[in-house]
Amino acid sequence: MFSRGAAIGVIRAIARTRTFDPLRVKEHRDDLRFERESEVKSNDEPEQSLAGESNGEKPLPPDARSASEAIARAPAPPSKATQPEPASPPQVPASSSMGALAAAPAAPTEAAPPEEAAAGTFVSAYEHSAVVRFCHWLNAVALGIMIASGWRIFIAFPSFGARIPEHRLLKIPDAITLGGWLGGALEWHYTFMWVFTATGLIYVGYLIASGEYRTMLFRPRDIPGVWPMVRHYFFFGPEPKQTEAYNALQKFAYTTIVFCGTLSVFTGIVILRPVQLSGLAWLMGGFHLTRVWHFVAMCGFVAFIPGHLVMVALHGWNNFMSMVRGWKKNPEYL
Amino acid sequence: MPRRFDNKEFKRVSRREILKLTPLVALGAFAIPPAQDYLLGRGVAFTDWVSDKLFRRGHLAPTYPDSALTPLDKFAFNSYDTNTPEIDPDWLLEVSGLVTRPGNYSLDDIRRLPKISQNTRHVCIEGWDLVANFAGARMSDFLNLIGADMNARFVYVECADDYYESLDMEAATHPQSLLCYEMYGKPLQAGHGAPLRWSLPTKIGYKSAKYLTSFKVTNVLTRRSYWGDQGYSTYADI
Repeated sequence: MFSRGAAIGVIRAIARTRTFDPLRVKEHRDDLRFERESEVKSNDEPEQSLAGESNGEKPLPPDARSASEAIARAPAPPSKATQPEPASPPQVPASSSMGALAAAPAAPTEAAPPEEAAAGTFVSAYEHSAVVRFCHWLNAVALGIMIASGWRIFIAFPSFGARIPEHRLLKIPDAITLGGWLGGALEWHYTFMWVFTATGLIYVGYLIASGEYRTMLFRPRDIPGVWPMVRHYFFFGPEPKQTEAYNALQKFAYTTIVFCGTLSVFTGIVILRPVQLSGLAWLMGGFHLTRVWHFVAMCGFVAFIPGHLVMVALHGWNNFMSMVRGWKKNPEYL
Repeated sequence: MPRRFDNKEFKRVSRREILKLTPLVALGAFAIPPAQDYLLGRGVAFTDWVSDKLFRRGHLAPTYPDSALTPLDKFAFNSYDTNTPEIDPDWLLEVSGLVTRPGNYSLDDIRRLPKISQNTRHVCIEGWDLVANFAGARMSDFLNLIGADMNARFVYVECADDYYESLDMEAATHPQSLLCYEMYGKPLQAGHGAPLRWSLPTKIGYKSAKYLTSFKVTNVLTRRSYWGDQGYSTYADI
């Protein structure tokens, strides 16, 4: 067994690797805005040459937003200037530089509207540490395997409770299952349950150790934010102003999915060892009910995955890549 | 923490971050058939190893009142590839291996041992389960009767329907592991393994072999388990 000291050491080591500190993002927001403005003021000459070069290769589009959105924002009313955003067009730097350096040539900003192109640099946030990304992808693979092999296991007895009389509750097509037969599916299930559990534990342990859980834990104060988000996603409401890395609905999803993971692991252990862990089995309402809870946890995952994938698709490449490379260009909350 | 990048630096940093994920490529081994067989076998073996470590010989499986029993006619049983075998009227259990009194034992020899009757849960690998009444002799009593070497590792049985099964000594000597000859107060029915079967409340259903014909105490197994050799867990603890 691992000693307690070693476990604490590992958690501390993980905590030290964190770079993304959600609690300090807010402090940095203002610094970055200031930095952005002052750069435009002071670095006019080198900017031009940089802009010329980068225009030749790539105009550095603000990935976070679609081109049409960027254009729509360009002639924004002055009220918008009061809430400047990183990828927003040059009205903020332009207006401020006009005041200070009236004679400064504003040529580069005409050629490439986003200020990033002009400056040659852009703001990026380290959203997901290597630990989180590693666990995310490994867990995603394991989860897919657990669900597909779990369906195959369910086919062997597609019901709950008594075997006689037999009730076939659900017909799952063989094609979407893994393992070929009950024994093969169990091999996958027994192998990847360790991967699934280990990555889940490391992920949750990291979130707690780093304090990052605070950005995604769904709390009572998030409840009012859920309905506006749902309304927006189903195209009949305005987009609520995003003030945090994750909106209320995201928090709800990311919290419930960790709950589903915990439920599936605990119920899974009980289904695997209902006699050795008869106390836990009793707590969960007996062996029959434990199988039901295990199935419910699977349903939670199956409900989560399509929503998650649709959201990832809608939010574009830059957002997706933040789970691959950690850094997100021009995060919308800065 | 937010940071400012130019394009070139961003590419460099991204590359470095992506490289950190390269160990994930190892998962591709699961797509290569020989490696897949090996890895999945290791996965099951690891699960069994953990189970073995967690097995508590003194921990009894829960027992249930008679009111919780599933009626005998609702006791599902899977007859696998073969039909229910005919029972030899001169049935004897052939005992061999690391025992001081090998030979053939009759059902009466086993009946003379203290009779244990228990209502325990029978859990099938398929996912169904039921509470049933099993009665018979404790396997540990029988091991004493035949003078088994208690330091041997395994007990191995063969069955009239060519089924075979093995059990580690720790589970064989579990106080609830029975050589069962009665269910619900009546001699075993043909489908349930007459004249003698195992009843192992600490193991999954397929370990409870039926129609026993030979019983061997051994340190070496050439075959482990009918279903275990086809991919199921051999250990199959519950």
